Amino acid sequence: MSIRVTDACIGCGICLQQCPFGAIELKENMAVISDSCTLCGSCESVCPVQAIQIEREKQAAVNLRDYQDVWVFGEQRNGEINSVVYELIGEGRKLADKLGEQLCVALIGSQLSAAADDLLQYGVNKVYLVDEHELSVYNDESYTSVMVDLINSYQPSIILLGATTIGRSLGPRVAARIKTGLTADCTGLDIDQETQNLLQTRPAFGGNIMATIVCKNNRPQMATVRPRVMNAASPINGFQGKVQQHDFDTSELTMKTRVLEVIEEMTELIKIEEADIIVSGGRGVGTPGNFKLIADLAQALGGAVGASRAAVDNGWIPYAHQVGQTGKTVGPKIYIACGISGAVQHLVGMKSSDVIIAINKDPEAPIFNHATFGLVGDLNQIIPEMIKKIKQGRIKEAAATSE
Amino acid sequence: MKIVVCIKQVPDTTDVKINKETNTLIREGVKSIINPYDVYAIEEGLALKEIYGGSVTVISMGPPQVCEALKEAVSLGVDNVILISDRAFAGADSLATSYTLAKTIEKIGEVDLIITGKQAIDGDTAQVGPGIAEWLHIPHSTYIKAVEEITGEHIRVQRMIEGGYERIELDMPALITVVKEINEPRFPSIRGILRSREIEVPIWTANDLDVDETRIGLKGSPTQVVTIATPELGSKGEIFRGKAEEQVQKLFAALRERQIV
Ligand SMILES: Cc1cc2nc3c(=O)[nH]c(=O)nc-3n(C[C@H](O)[C@H](O)[C@H](O)COP(=O)(O)OP(=O)(O)OC[C@H]3O[C@@H](n4cnc5c(N)ncnc54)[C@H](O)[C@@H]3O)c2cc1C
Ligand SMILES: Nc1ncnc2c1ncn2[C@@H]1O[C@H](COP(=O)(O)O)[C@@H](O)[C@H]1O
Repeated sequence: MSIRVTDACIGCGICLQQCPFGAIELKENMAVISDSCTLCGSCESVCPVQAIQIEREKQAAVNLRDYQDVWVFGEQRNGEINSVVYELIGEGRKLADKLGEQLCVALIGSQLSAAADDLLQYGVNKVYLVDEHELSVYNDESYTSVMVDLINSYQPSIILLGATTIGRSLGPRVAARIKTGLTADCTGLDIDQETQNLLQTRPAFGGNIMATIVCKNNRPQMATVRPRVMNAASPINGFQGKVQQHDFDTSELTMKTRVLEVIEEMTELIKIEEADIIVSGGRGVGTPGNFKLIADLAQALGGAVGASRAAVDNGWIPYAHQVGQTGKTVGPKIYIACGISGAVQHLVGMKSSDVIIAINKDPEAPIFNHATFGLVGDLNQIIPEMIKKIKQGRIKEAAATSE
Repeated sequence: MKIVVCIKQVPDTTDVKINKETNTLIREGVKSIINPYDVYAIEEGLALKEIYGGSVTVISMGPPQVCEALKEAVSLGVDNVILISDRAFAGADSLATSYTLAKTIEKIGEVDLIITGKQAIDGDTAQVGPGIAEWLHIPHSTYIKAVEEITGEHIRVQRMIEGGYERIELDMPALITVVKEINEPRFPSIRGILRSREIEVPIWTANDLDVDETRIGLKGSPTQVVTIATPELGSKGEIFRGKAEEQVQKLFAALRERQIV
C-alpha cells in the first residue's frame, strides 16, 4: 500500500473525522489505515503534523511547459452555439489572465465561419476552426479525432467543456485517448498561484461534499463544467482576436458510429433552463390536482414550472421539469420552491438562483437554510394569496397607466 | 451474443447525512447499494439476452465487500460475475478505472456488447463508460434510452439529448451507457436467490490481468483529490411567519424594497 502514517502522528483523530470512507482507526494513539482506503488524500490534507504520506509518482508524464493557453470547446448544434460556451469563455478569461496565457475556442462543425467571427467579440484571442461538411452533425468518433488532432497540434494547458450530453461524452473519450485527467461536472475553477495548476472543485457523494481536484503531471488539464454556474461573458467592443482555420483530413476517419436521425421533441411551455422565474413543486404539493396551483402561480408570474424528483416520481409532472442532480441545473432570477424539503440533490440544481423563495410548513426544512425569503406555512393558503396579490398589482398598474 | 455489464457498489447517497458540529459525513447506517443506473444496465443485458440469446457477465472493480453487489446481480439472473479486486487498483480515477475494466473485458474475450450505467451516484463522473470504449478502440454512445435492434454487425439505439433524441447505429462490438428511461428492472427470482447464496464469486487480481502497472490505481490516475470540504450552509435569509396574507404582504414588500420586482 502506498499510504503510510509516520511516527509524527499525535493521535489527534482529525483524519478519522475527515475520511469519507471510514477507513481510519485509532490504535494505541496512532492512526491506522484499513483496506477500505481509496487513497483519496483527504486525510493527508488535514493532518496537522503531516504524519500521513501518500507516495505518488512525482514525474510528469509530459513536459508541462510545452502546454499553453486555455481552451473552451465550442459546442454547437446546427451552427447555434450552446449558451454554456459563453459561460466557459467568461470563466476561461479569468483563468487565462491569471496564467498570462491566451483564451481560445475550438470550434468543430460545418459552415461555422460566421459563428467563429461572432465568438471573437467575447474576448477570445483565437478560434481554432475545423469546418468540414462531414462534421455537420455531432458524432463521438469524428469529433474525438478532430479534437485530439487539435490538441496535439497546438498543445493547450487547459480545456473546458460544458457538462452537457455532448461534453460528457466527448470529454472522457478525448481524455482517455491522450491519457490525461478529466474532472467532471465542476462548479468552481481557479489557478493555484504557487504551482499554476488548475484547481477544479465539484460536488461528490450526491452533493454532500465538495472535492477539489488537480491534474499535476499531465496536460492538458481537462474539466467539464456545469451549465448555469459560471457567469456568461459579454461582448467587448473592439477586441482583436483571430480565426485560425485548421485543416483536418476527414477521409482518414473510419466511422463505426452513424447518426441516423435527430428527433426534436416538443418541449412544453417555457423551457426551465431559460426561464427567469421558476415555480417548483415538491412532494408537499400533495396531489396531482394540486399541482395546478404551481402552474397557476408560474403563469401569473410569466415563469416556468419546475419540480423535485419526488413530484416527478409521483407522476405529477414529466421528467423534463425535474430540477437537481439527476434533472436540470437552473439559475433563474427568482426560484420559488413550494413544498420542497431542500435535499442536497435538489439544491445542487438551483442553488445559483439569484433569489430563492421557499414555502414550507416545516420551519426546520433545510430549504430555509438556502432561501433568500422563507414563508413558513401551508402552500394551499399561501399560493392563492400570492396569485391574488399579483393580480391586484396588475389591476392597479393598469389603472395607473390608463389615468 | 456475449454481453458484459459493468456495475459499481456505491453508498446510498440519500442516506448520507452531515454532522453539523464536526462538518463531516456521518457514515453509520449508510447502506451500500448497486449504483441505481447500473441496475438498468443489468436489466438491459438480461432483456437483450432474452431476445438475441447469449450470455450476460457482470463485472465490478472494488474492495472485497463488492461481492455482495455481484451476488445481487446473480439473484437477478445473470450468467457470470467477476470481481476485480487488488490493493494495486486502489485510488483509481476514471482513467485508471476504465483501463482496468477494459483489460478485464479483453481477458473475457469476444465480447459483443458492453453496457454501463449513465453515471455512478458517488463520483457522478459519467466518464468510465466512454473511457472503456476508448481503451478497447470500439465505438460508444451515451444516455441510451432504447435499444431498437441488433443485427449481426450493428446495434441501433436512441440517445437522449437536450430537447429530443438521436437515433444512432454503432458497429459491434460497442459500448452503451444507459439511463433509467430504458426499462423497468425485474425483481430477483427464487432460483436466482438460491444460486446467489451458493455462488463463489471469482476474484481477478492485477496478476490475473495483463496490465501495465503504471496505468492502474493511484499511479495510473492523472487526477488527484487535494481537499474535501463540506459545502457551506447557505446563510439564512429572511423568514416570515404568521397568517398567509400577512406573510405574502411582507414578501412582496421585501421584493419591492430590494427592487426585485
Ligand atoms: C442519485 C440521486 C439523485 C437525485 N436527484 C434528484 C434531483 O435531480 N432532483 C430532486 O429534486 N431530487 C433528487 N433526488 C431525491 C432527493 O434526495 C429528495 O428525495 C427529493 O428532492 C425530495 O423531494 P421533495 O423535497 O419534493 O420531497 P420531501 O423531501 O418529501 O419534502 C416535502 C416537503 O414539503 C413540505 N410540505 C408538506 N406539505 C406541505 C404543505 N401543505 N405546504 C407547505 N409545505 C408542505 C414538507 O414539510 C417537506 O419539507 C435524488 C436522489 C438520489 C439518490
Ligand atoms: N469500479 C467500477 N467497477 C465496475 N464498473 C464501474 C466502476 N466504476 C464505474 N463503473 C461503471 O461506469 C459507469 C459510470 O461511472 P462513473 O464514470 O464513475 O460515473 C457506472 O454506472 C458503472 O456502470
